[in-house]
Amino acid sequence: MSLALREKLIFEYSRPGRGARGQWPALPAATAPDALPQELRRQARPLLPEVSELDAVRHYTRLSQLNFSIDTHFYPLGSCTMKYNPRACNAAALLPEFTARHPLAPVEHGQGFLACMYELQEMLKALTGMRGVALSPLAGAHGEFAGVAMIRAYHRSRGDLARDEIIVPQAAHGTNPATATMCGCVAREVAVGADGDVDMEALRAAVGAKTAGIMLTNPSTLGVFERRIEEVARVVHQAGGLLYYDGANLNAILGKVRPGDMGFDVIHMNLHKTFSTPHGGGGPGAGAVGVSARLLPFLPLPIVGRGSDTGQPLYRWLGERDLPQSIGRLTGFGGNAGVLLRAYVYMRMLGREGMRRVGEYATLNANYLSARLQQAGFEAAYPQRRASHEFILTLKRAQQEWGVTAMDVAKRLLDLGFHAPTTYFPQLISECLLIEPTETESKQTLDAFIGAMAQILREAQEDPEQLHGAPHKLPVRRLDDVRAARELNLIYQGAGG
Amino acid sequence: MPFIPHTDDDEREMLAAIGAPSIEALFDEIPANLRLQSLEGLPSGLSEMEVMQLMAARARADGRASCFIGAGAYEHHIPAAVWSTITRGEFYSAYTPYQAEASQGTLQSIYEYQSMMASLTGMQVSNASLYDGATAVAEACLMAVRANRRSKAARILLPRSLHPHYRAVTLAMALNQGLIFDTVPYVRDAGHMSLDALAVHDGQDITALVIQQPNFFGLFEQVDALTDWAHARDALVIAVVNPISLALLKAPGAWGAKGADIVVGEGQPLGCPLSSGGPYFGFMTTRMQHVRQMPGRIVGGTVDVDGRPGFSLTLQAREQHIRRAKATSNICTNQGLLMMAGTLYLALMGAEGLERVAAASMARTAELVTALTAIPQVRRAFARPGFHEAVLTLDRPVAPVLAALAQRGIQGGLDLADYYPELGHSLLVCATETKSSADIEAYASALSEALRPARAAASTRALGT
Amino acid sequence: MSNIPADLKYTRSHEWLKSLPEGIVEIGISDHAQESLGDLVFVELPEVGRSLAAGEACAVVESVKAASDIYAPVAATVVAINVQLAEAPELINQDPYGRGWIMRLKPTAQGADSGLLSAHDYQALAAAG
Repeated sequence: MSLALREKLIFEYSRPGRGARGQWPALPAATAPDALPQELRRQARPLLPEVSELDAVRHYTRLSQLNFSIDTHFYPLGSCTMKYNPRACNAAALLPEFTARHPLAPVEHGQGFLACMYELQEMLKALTGMRGVALSPLAGAHGEFAGVAMIRAYHRSRGDLARDEIIVPQAAHGTNPATATMCGCVAREVAVGADGDVDMEALRAAVGAKTAGIMLTNPSTLGVFERRIEEVARVVHQAGGLLYYDGANLNAILGKVRPGDMGFDVIHMNLHKTFSTPHGGGGPGAGAVGVSARLLPFLPLPIVGRGSDTGQPLYRWLGERDLPQSIGRLTGFGGNAGVLLRAYVYMRMLGREGMRRVGEYATLNANYLSARLQQAGFEAAYPQRRASHEFILTLKRAQQEWGVTAMDVAKRLLDLGFHAPTTYFPQLISECLLIEPTETESKQTLDAFIGAMAQILREAQEDPEQLHGAPHKLPVRRLDDVRAARELNLIYQGAGG
Repeated sequence: MPFIPHTDDDEREMLAAIGAPSIEALFDEIPANLRLQSLEGLPSGLSEMEVMQLMAARARADGRASCFIGAGAYEHHIPAAVWSTITRGEFYSAYTPYQAEASQGTLQSIYEYQSMMASLTGMQVSNASLYDGATAVAEACLMAVRANRRSKAARILLPRSLHPHYRAVTLAMALNQGLIFDTVPYVRDAGHMSLDALAVHDGQDITALVIQQPNFFGLFEQVDALTDWAHARDALVIAVVNPISLALLKAPGAWGAKGADIVVGEGQPLGCPLSSGGPYFGFMTTRMQHVRQMPGRIVGGTVDVDGRPGFSLTLQAREQHIRRAKATSNICTNQGLLMMAGTLYLALMGAEGLERVAAASMARTAELVTALTAIPQVRRAFARPGFHEAVLTLDRPVAPVLAALAQRGIQGGLDLADYYPELGHSLLVCATETKSSADIEAYASALSEALRPARAAASTRALGT
Repeated sequence: MSNIPADLKYTRSHEWLKSLPEGIVEIGISDHAQESLGDLVFVELPEVGRSLAAGEACAVVESVKAASDIYAPVAATVVAINVQLAEAPELINQDPYGRGWIMRLKPTAQGADSGLLSAHDYQALAAAG
């Protein structure tokens, strides 16, 4: 973390006539652009910066130093699984043969790459207990879309046209109801009981002839395992609906229990969470989907198949001819291949032993943090339950007694050198912090975080102003979001049409 | 244990603090019959050295062909500074900038990206990127239905000259919401849409017309006339563009009398490697009046409590985490790292560098087409020149010819037989600034060779009769 | 405690209704509603002349952290909208029952306002959260 003052905009470094000229190709001998008809030509140059290569590198390096990241800070952002991103994964994905390969290149020039993809599909099947996997969805929400679209296609293929309701628990991620809408369904919420599990009576009342399916995260967004999952599966299946597993929290149970064994028909996996591909400041992700036998025909295209006409295995893309009932193509090409390669390398390094330990140590770390923070005086939302790989604290009492909010705690943590946990999600719990340490953090890091939290609790009682004003030590203090939304300033004034 | 730092002492102390006898006990809420006993089907773990040896071998198996395929993903030079900078841990291993104070680097970069993309496309606002070009077209169609209040029909006109994958993705993503898609044919000899073909839609309620420029064949659409046609019928115009081409081509914001309404495209040409199809990024820009209908993250400038300028995510009430079922899309993230690559690429190239890349690519494609059509069995499918792609027609099926070229390490283009059977034995070829005259000559000579045996066979048959 | 004028009618979704001459009703959101939404940053208004079914979503008020639909309390036609809100959504925060009005409706049928709440009943609803 640099304590540098504000870094200028790249446009402010610009000087007419300057440029990273070493990057520019020579002007062609033939003057093809002159052949462009006048009415098609650009009239005025776009407002792009004119800077040297050093200007650009220094500017973006300085900007990078204004960020918190896993590489620089403990980042216990609940529901996001911010674990260490092994560097080997990046190095392998950036091997020049892989980066240079065109998506439409002949499969003969891609047997190495396609072998990795095929094996990745197989490993994900084994880990989740599903029968088929498609790697193409580009993020978790995109995988959700694929999953719900498959559920719809399944019902339609059976002439069951009335099923357009997707049931989501009250505390679900916002993507679940938004996905239902994108698939032309209606989201129907069911209540969660006081113990954090789905209210079975509410569920029984909600299912029926219109139920397309239910979307569940397990462990749930409340950080606890849905204990009656088999009963949930029975109720939904008996009503004719299917079960969708939101893989946001797969890290918690990796190697311990499989969605396929719990009765789920379709799942998406956030490879950027569980399989440690980088979050990249907001992407890229990868949202591979897995299905049970009855949804196999509907998988999105393309997927990687293995044939062996000649005795030698030949990997190839399966398309519409192979899967005529597919929900179709959801991506320009075959998916975020570079992300998939990183996930593949991660899984090969961990292997079956390492995979099991992921769920174990993620859970150990969360339960340790939860226990120690409660000892330090924080209140857990579900103290009677085991934490999964994450848990919720509620600052309700601190807010009532000292006027200190979850936001205040989050911002003060930044001052103390820790990224904040997820705040105000799930909305069911007031003044909440959702904390996910992940398995790659040591006890010493967790102890330092516990120390910082204890300090904040002291400050809440002795000096709440210190918390209301936080952060104090970052490049900026709290930003005026109301002004940002009322007086929209979305592009540099010098730019724009 | 790879990446798990716990010592035996740590583990003991932690379990004691929890009051649990073992790690296994922490899973006691999971029904026992569901607990997994073994992970068959998964291989044993490898060390980093072993996995890198494996990956290097796999990469070698793929080799380095000379690539003349375009079709939506383009080989351009990527300055070394792009990926060495964006893979810094502070960019690479950060998440979505929810905590604005701890994410000013990412937020300011997005603001700069938005500014560059708005200017390049001639629009007023940009989002922080979408998944890829294909999904950006689908999102643009859904957005047009929300933004065009005068239209009730949710009817979108899609040109047949649009990238066929973009069409497929748009249908797969939007049909569930009841949109109607009509296809606009291209003029058979010219390869682009015509106003005549649109006449059948006169008097219809049309929500939006999609125009790809240059189109899938690399050819130019008559964007001014098409845009004015759509606007005269209260339809919005969705422009699908190649960002590199915009260095030379009219910005969509200047199409026709009023300009396009929504601009989308594939950002890959800007600093993203081909990588077998991703990760890339989709871009989307629009007019200010439609900003609340735009999907995806948007960053805005503001000030902190001390009046210091800073950046934060804004207009979040459009998004799924607030509006849930009524959100503009279910998308959460952007393609952050790839958008960063695009920003660095544009910063390094500037307007002049981008012009040179576009001009060099256009010139290399013209050179390629000249070299290949010098072979008697090869001709142009369409009479006109385009940007950096062209459709060529052979005297025989394309697939075996491409297979023969592949054996010589040349990826000769995309066979259009499955996509456009009406074009006969056609393939789409592309050359960018990365191709030299020697590369082009090598392709021409290999193609000439590949086409020769059949000619020999044909003449043998002729002798036999 | 939020302000709940006694002479207005209310809905369960936190709109208020004021009777104007010639059978016109003015609609806005309650003080309680603006308080829980926080600083408003945007208001989306319906077109004048649009006809609305009872309970139809016809406007949106948006703060930084939330967005909320405004529903037509009765079947009606939109006869006027508060165009000032386009530039100054904060008027709803400052004066929810006055300068922060949202739209004026001409109900299509008489006596269609049976489901509305009195100030007293709305007070109980607001207090319950």
